[in-house]
Amino acid sequence: MVNAADKARIARQFIEAIPFSRALKMNLDEIGDGVAVISMPYDAALVGDPVSGVIHGGAVSALMDTCGGAAVMSHPHAPAGTATIDLRIDYMRAATPGQRITARAECYHITRSVAFVRAQAWDDDADNPVAAASGAFTVEQPPEAKP
Amino acid sequence: MRARPEPVHLIKQRRDRALAVLVEGVPYIRFMGISFDRRGDELTAVLNYSDKLIGNPLLPALHGGATAAFLEVAAVMELGFHLLWDDVESGRLDADSLTPETLPRMPKTIDFTVDYLRTGLPRDAYARARVNRLGRRYASVHVEAWQDNRERLFAQGTGHFLMPAPVSARDG
Repeated sequence: MVNAADKARIARQFIEAIPFSRALKMNLDEIGDGVAVISMPYDAALVGDPVSGVIHGGAVSALMDTCGGAAVMSHPHAPAGTATIDLRIDYMRAATPGQRITARAECYHITRSVAFVRAQAWDDDADNPVAAASGAFTVEQPPEAKP
Repeated sequence: MRARPEPVHLIKQRRDRALAVLVEGVPYIRFMGISFDRRGDELTAVLNYSDKLIGNPLLPALHGGATAAFLEVAAVMELGFHLLWDDVESGRLDADSLTPETLPRMPKTIDFTVDYLRTGLPRDAYARARVNRLGRRYASVHVEAWQDNRERLFAQGTGHFLMPAPVSARDG
């Protein structure tokens, strides 16, 4: 039987082994029960606007997508795998240059085939989200669960 | 007597210069390995494959976040180049003296939605965007991405953008 600590360790290794997440230096801060928190440091290579130094929206999308997938994988229904079906991101304000961005995603509903996720992202100002996201993810059933 | 048409190499030079300045100014485009092919005012964004774009090493497949970023870059560049094109072709801006620092401000993304239609394969991907609505304050852009076959999209996206103030408004 896999306990919660093992599950979290496996999830952390899983996420940190994803090449694109590594390229963005993502760190899994918390995971369990359908909730994941992943953060990403400020990096000059991710800048979208050279004048202001603000991170490109695409880098925030990548963080939201990874965090959403991790939330689905950590759901107690334990899907064997997941892939994004669709993801909508609202950019509420520019992230402050130099600050770490942290995303929290929650898988708030799951069926046999679809997982529904919402997420938010912040910089140092935790009262003012930088972005919000909502998406649907596939639920891959473990082999023995297939009819 | 009609004015002689502008030599073609000068036209190309001006347009390529405008595009290059737009692209060079964005570190994230370089990080992703995205380049652009231009035919007249039509842009094709190219996501040049590299191993760091992988999200599922077992399949292997492109990361959904890499796909989302590629679509968003393609959409913003389409809109940004469309705006710059008018300024450069009309002579309001001089392409030769443009630098990333002196470029007009780019549109800001309000929201962006990505549909993942197929697994992104570990090879180059292409995207073309279309500005469906261009208002003074808001724009709506649709973007389609494919790999081997133009008819088999692997992702599509729609974004809404807040438009920057026009060049004349900034000067005045």
